[in-house]
Amino acid sequence: MENTILIKHLLKHPSVMIFLGLLAGFTLLVVGLAEGAGIGLISTSFVKTLGKTLCLCMIAIAMDLVWGFCGILSLGHFAFFALGGYIIGMWLMFARTKLIVLEAAQNAVLPMTQSEVSQAVGTQIFGVVGGAEIPAIWTFADNFWIQIAFVVLVPGLLALIFGWLAFRARVNGVYLSILTQAMTLALALYLFQNDSGLRGNNGLSGLQNIPGFDAVSQADISIWFFIASAGALALIYVLAYGLISSKMGNIIRGIRDNEARVRFLGYNVESYKLFIFVLTAIIAAVAGALYYPQAGIINPAELAPIASIYLAVWVAIGGRGRLYGAVIGAAFVSLLSSYFTGGQAPDIPLGFGTLRWTEWWLVLLGLSFVGVTLYAPKGIGGLIDHLTRKRGV
Amino acid sequence: MLRNLLLLLLPVFLIFSAPNISASPLSSFEELLERNAKLIQKSSSKTVDPVLTEIQEFGGQMAAIFMQSWIEKKLYFVKDTGAFVLAEPAGKNEAGKKMMTVKGALDGKPLGKMLAKSLKQIKPNSGVRAKIASALVPIQIGSDDIETRKIGLIALSRDIMPSHLPPLKRAIEQEVDEDLKRAFQQTYIYGVISHSDDEAEVEAAIYSLKDSLSLDARAALNPLLTSQVRVSKTQPEGQNIARIIIPGRSVRLSDGTAGKQVLMSGADPELSLATAYQMLVEKGLAAAAPTEDSRKETLVAMAEDGQIGPFGLTTLNTDAARNKAYDWLVENNGAPPRVLKAEMEQAVSAHIFYAVYDHPSKTVTNAAREVLAGINSQVMVYKLLDLALDGLSLASIYFLAAIGLAITFGVMRVINMAHGEFIMMGAYTGYVIQLLVPSYTISILLALPAAFCVTFLAGVAMERLVIRHLYKRPLETLLATFGISIALQQIAKNIFGTQARPLTSPAWLDGAFVVNDVLAISNIRIAIFCLGLLFLGLMLYVMTRTRFGLETRAVTQNPAMAASMGINPDRINMLTFGFGSGIAGIAGVAIGLFSKVTSELGSDYIVQSFMTVVVGGVGNIWGTLAGAAMIGSLQKGIEWFNPSNTLAAQTYMIIFIILFIQFRPRGIIALKGRAVED
Repeated sequence: MENTILIKHLLKHPSVMIFLGLLAGFTLLVVGLAEGAGIGLISTSFVKTLGKTLCLCMIAIAMDLVWGFCGILSLGHFAFFALGGYIIGMWLMFARTKLIVLEAAQNAVLPMTQSEVSQAVGTQIFGVVGGAEIPAIWTFADNFWIQIAFVVLVPGLLALIFGWLAFRARVNGVYLSILTQAMTLALALYLFQNDSGLRGNNGLSGLQNIPGFDAVSQADISIWFFIASAGALALIYVLAYGLISSKMGNIIRGIRDNEARVRFLGYNVESYKLFIFVLTAIIAAVAGALYYPQAGIINPAELAPIASIYLAVWVAIGGRGRLYGAVIGAAFVSLLSSYFTGGQAPDIPLGFGTLRWTEWWLVLLGLSFVGVTLYAPKGIGGLIDHLTRKRGV
Repeated sequence: MLRNLLLLLLPVFLIFSAPNISASPLSSFEELLERNAKLIQKSSSKTVDPVLTEIQEFGGQMAAIFMQSWIEKKLYFVKDTGAFVLAEPAGKNEAGKKMMTVKGALDGKPLGKMLAKSLKQIKPNSGVRAKIASALVPIQIGSDDIETRKIGLIALSRDIMPSHLPPLKRAIEQEVDEDLKRAFQQTYIYGVISHSDDEAEVEAAIYSLKDSLSLDARAALNPLLTSQVRVSKTQPEGQNIARIIIPGRSVRLSDGTAGKQVLMSGADPELSLATAYQMLVEKGLAAAAPTEDSRKETLVAMAEDGQIGPFGLTTLNTDAARNKAYDWLVENNGAPPRVLKAEMEQAVSAHIFYAVYDHPSKTVTNAAREVLAGINSQVMVYKLLDLALDGLSLASIYFLAAIGLAITFGVMRVINMAHGEFIMMGAYTGYVIQLLVPSYTISILLALPAAFCVTFLAGVAMERLVIRHLYKRPLETLLATFGISIALQQIAKNIFGTQARPLTSPAWLDGAFVVNDVLAISNIRIAIFCLGLLFLGLMLYVMTRTRFGLETRAVTQNPAMAASMGINPDRINMLTFGFGSGIAGIAGVAIGLFSKVTSELGSDYIVQSFMTVVVGGVGNIWGTLAGAAMIGSLQKGIEWFNPSNTLAAQTYMIIFIILFIQFRPRGIIALKGRAVED
């Protein structure tokens, strides 16, 4: 019953089908051209970049849900993203270090005891911050499934507590933005400490190596992660689409447009906001858990408040209140950023000097952002709307 | 050549002529040196003592000069005659040989030039130099020249010897300069404490330090209380016992008297069970216990064909299994038996562990402990005061950073994420002006108005070009100004580079206002506090007493009504935003003075600044002050509990603020009435 309604709905609104089709086509294209599976036209590192971009699109959808549809400008969603990365990174690092330790001890006369193994693993992981003991938060780091559950539970719980406190006190608008930014800063500062149990500013590294799959080349692993990211993105897109086209989606949009009116209509505005906040935090965490194994390293700098503002920038450039807008914005700006800051872009010789893109890209980005806010508040998505409507008429 | 020969003979002549005028001190001192010539020429710290004693007894200015030049390695002797001279390089003669200008070692009489080859420098090693310096001190402090006495005092305060006490006492009696006399007395007290054998005298000296907060006083008292841990079978007697120790428990006795126990919660035990047992083993009071590592080694060494007795090596992956296998080895191969924890505890509890003061006298250690406890509690009070001042100065920094925001955000409700970059622009303006104007004082005085002008103009430009269009969309203002912020940051990086630029404060701001060894306030902190106060007064005056302030408040409350009263809202908005930005620029100069100027300077303060304004209460300058005071003192207060970790303090402070907002969502000083809902 539910399914048929959804299918009917999808047929009436073809944008989801178009998006899924394009995503599938893109995935097949990349896999076909990649080093790992295809003809090797795309390098492994670029496959990783594309996979990471898909993860960024995922968190952009989360940001679009919470900001574009519900009107909460959260500047803390990158904290959830990084938290997801940290939690999966703990498993990756612990399990792999343990394998290495056990392998090294294979030829020893005496087999290692449990405490000796954890001692050795602790020294390996925490030696860099002058410790050897495994902190309590790593208790379940050895267990993949528990860590996966934590990827969802920990950021979800954090978002629940924070959101409950903030929405209950009716902290709105810019105050909420500043408060979420403060939360991100607090988390980042906490993780910067050496005794936070997560290796301080060294962060977690070597995440690209999947424990137990040492024999598999990075080229293959990058393909797996790319496909997984594409699948997760498709899933989250459909989920988000289902949400916004449901009755609940209408209420949420109502909250964005006039919170007081929705409240007076008898809806419990706080619960709806909390639901969206927690849901998007979880989406962000899942995206992070897929992102950081492709990035290979995570450190507290990833949580800097500025990252979350960039996220808002992507969504605004792509066009708020449109799911595909968020995806386009994230993909467009992040790929462009890595192109220009990566030093591949050709410098432009001016009469009096050279314009180096690595130096001036951020200036251009900042100013274009001002331009978008001033003159194209609907972003690229608005442009697409404009074009399709014209064609329709 | 002939002249050289004559010169060579001159000191010889002097020495030979010495007996003729034996009545003068010069000749008798020369005679003393001649007797000890060998020991002086080749001195070692073992042999030099008798010579020094003799010279010291001789005393007088001459001995002081001699010893001083000896220490400074200016002393030479003539190889042929053994006479002591002072020499300095004097170029080369016609034959290309190195020459030296020579003077008498005692009277400084010029003796012309000599061949460098014919002289040999006396190079005392550091041990000898220390001994000479020590011997020199009594002569120095007994000198008629006040500067020499001061030099002697410095040497004494560095290292005082028992032999210095009597001359020092004499020097105190003779001293006429009040300051120097007090310093001599202080040094004498430290000397008595560390060297005197007279218990009563030491005790009196210790009590005289009662109110001294100086580091020297604590450094003099602490060595009296060092102690060694010992163990015995019976109640120890006849020793100066510091405390009885119960190993493995966090219990120590607060003072030497037995019975009174203080629980040091959370602290590690002074003596762990394992260490205590190890002490017993070393004393031969208990059997050695094989450590875990040595047991493991034994297991590895005794293994045959992957087996230890009946146990397969592969099964030994738990402590229990390893213990079993080891016990089998104990029984069958004579390995040293394990000592169980219960046995260890029994052995340890059968003995008495105690700490003994190195100082033998109970009177002295008790006095030292009492005085030190008094000093420490006073130090604690001053440290708290210091903490309060720290909090105050941090609060004034936050206030400075946030006060511009209190106008743009607090009054106009514009979220200006580029506020931090205005602070940075102000700091860079100061830096550029310092490049142009060499005098630091003038450049700082110029920088303040210049920074105001630069950021005022930047603020006006930003308001005209961007913010004006977004008054109805506050969230988008946030994003647009963030765009400006990253652009400005990158531009600053492109112009000034990534390395930090210094903004040097003038010399009169460099010092500190020193209350005592614990409490000192740097002048720059005082200056920033004063600047904060000044700003507060200025803001209050502008906002409440001037026409511009009145118009600003009118426009922010109701632009349409203000416009109908003949106020131009556009103009007022522009000027208000410029004013807030300009103040951020001045704050930038102040902040740049104590932290390095980088392009990221502003972003370090932006979140804190917004929190200051939000916590304090939007739209109220007193609120910003209250917010800054709360955040500053809170952060320092948290740091007090964990001084090594400022990051943790910041984290907890932010969490506290998030919780605080729950209870007072509108800040400490909340606006009431219609202004609240806008």
